[in-house]
Amino acid sequence: MSRTFDKPAGTTRRRFLRGGAAVAGGTVLGARASVAAETDNLPPNIPEWMKAPGEPMGSQPYGAPSPFEKGVVKNISKTLKQYISASSRTPLQELDGIITPNGLFYERHHGGVPTIDPAQHRLMLHGLVERPLIFTMDDLRRFPSESRVHFLECSGNPGYSKPYGKTASDLVGLVSCAEWTGVSLKLVLQEAGLKPDAKWIVAEGADAAALTRSIPIEKCLEDAMLVYSQNGERLRPQQGYPLRLFLPGFEGNMSVKWLRRLHVTAEPVYSREETSKYTDLLPDGTAREFSFYMEAKSIITRPSGGQRLGAPGFHEITGIAWSGHGKIARVGVSVDEGKSWQSAQLQEPVLTRALTRFRLPWQWDGKPAVIQSRAIDETGYVQPTLAELLAVRGENYFYHNNAIWPWRIAADGEVTNALA
Amino acid sequence: MRWRETCGIAVVIVLCTFPSGAQAQTSYGLGRPATAAEIAGWNIDIGRDGSNLPKGSGSVSQGREVFAQQCASCHGDKGEGGLGDRLVGGQGTIATPKPIRTVGSYWPYAPTLFDYIRRAMPQNAPQSLSDEEVYAVSAYILNLNGLVGADATLDAKSLAAVKMPNRDRFVGDARPDVKH
Repeated sequence: MSRTFDKPAGTTRRRFLRGGAAVAGGTVLGARASVAAETDNLPPNIPEWMKAPGEPMGSQPYGAPSPFEKGVVKNISKTLKQYISASSRTPLQELDGIITPNGLFYERHHGGVPTIDPAQHRLMLHGLVERPLIFTMDDLRRFPSESRVHFLECSGNPGYSKPYGKTASDLVGLVSCAEWTGVSLKLVLQEAGLKPDAKWIVAEGADAAALTRSIPIEKCLEDAMLVYSQNGERLRPQQGYPLRLFLPGFEGNMSVKWLRRLHVTAEPVYSREETSKYTDLLPDGTAREFSFYMEAKSIITRPSGGQRLGAPGFHEITGIAWSGHGKIARVGVSVDEGKSWQSAQLQEPVLTRALTRFRLPWQWDGKPAVIQSRAIDETGYVQPTLAELLAVRGENYFYHNNAIWPWRIAADGEVTNALA
Repeated sequence: MRWRETCGIAVVIVLCTFPSGAQAQTSYGLGRPATAAEIAGWNIDIGRDGSNLPKGSGSVSQGREVFAQQCASCHGDKGEGGLGDRLVGGQGTIATPKPIRTVGSYWPYAPTLFDYIRRAMPQNAPQSLSDEEVYAVSAYILNLNGLVGADATLDAKSLAAVKMPNRDRFVGDARPDVKH
């Protein structure tokens, strides 16, 4: 019986997919096919997806987005030198709310993505502790658990020199936000007993890079987590399955993925990542080291680069703001090239070290405009302009670019990067 | 080692029996003691002062051979860079508008070189080189940067003694550095 129903329904669905794909391709032919398909299904006609049963239960045991959303995927540069040590970006301009779906969470790997059997994974805790310990994943899951919503951001999001990205994702797609579940690192450290001269913890990943970063003990005892789940499900391999460190508000690479070892020490280890890579070069030849916090930042995601306003009239301006130093207190939005600022509405809940969604209703008069957002966090810190950052840091600085980013809207509604 | 294990267990028992400190009170009894041999097997961290560098040594000439086989395809025959980072030169460029950041011009500590090569290189087979080979490649890269002689052989002591030119140019984080 189901076979009788399946065949015509499947045929119809394939026809629609072809139409949708052609529209995405932007060809004239595609547009024509789309018009025909839409006409068939618009009032007063009854749409054909109402005339036969849909896909049966169980056709997607895990689940996938609508085939019409297949363009919403991670943004991977086509000019990467190689893919073992590389990154992909979250399509920020396609997302709503503050939570990044796990499949769209940005990635940064230094030695590829390992496939780790959780039964064979171990976390070793040693160094300046009373009792060096080894934990299985079962051990870690037996500790009291906690879940918190925090953003994670790569420190190089984006660089300071041109070319700058065309879309919000190209620019600052190395930020995402999730609900993280695991155990407070403080609890696990208490289990081992810290010695008085314990000042740093060197975290190491079980990937081919065996990546290490040194973390001040204060952060480890404040809000660091050993995380095994993200947005309700176990971590994806790309996010450190089966275990990662998570340091809210700190640059992303310190939240070491595939965590296998915590070495409690008296001083930082000065690994390659924290000397040659995640340091920032100033114009006078000195370089800042151990610059951990991500400062307050925001970006308008709609309308943003690559999009088009279809007509003058009402448009909601919306975007995301975040700060490694705590909660977002206010987001100003300017629609007149920074001459004046209006306070945007912040979507509740406003959480510490989490993405915060902001919105501002706007009547576009159809004239060229430049729009931008400016975040202010609970410490009173105000997101700077790119010019202000460059004046202090110069173009050799590489990480921690938290500049205001303006979008230019042309008379025809096309939105482009105003600084590119 | 057996004595140490027994000793560790004894400490735990004492702490559990006499919960005098906060740490003992919050104990969940999860995990098991890590033995010295287990820690030694996994702890590959090298301090900036060379602490935990292993025994053994390697010469510049041995390093030249290992580099040609294992490293040159990504870093170039003379460390000039390619798919992988440039490793050589750049001294004197760090305070200019076009800085070239290499091991020789930018890295503050020589033992970091051993640490990174051993744990992460070559990229297609990390942790496959012997300690002697890692010493040798470190020596070769330092020689290409003019920091050790062509006849040098490096071990734990001599590698830690190499003074890197940019060592004193790293400063703390001064942010917030842009204020309205």
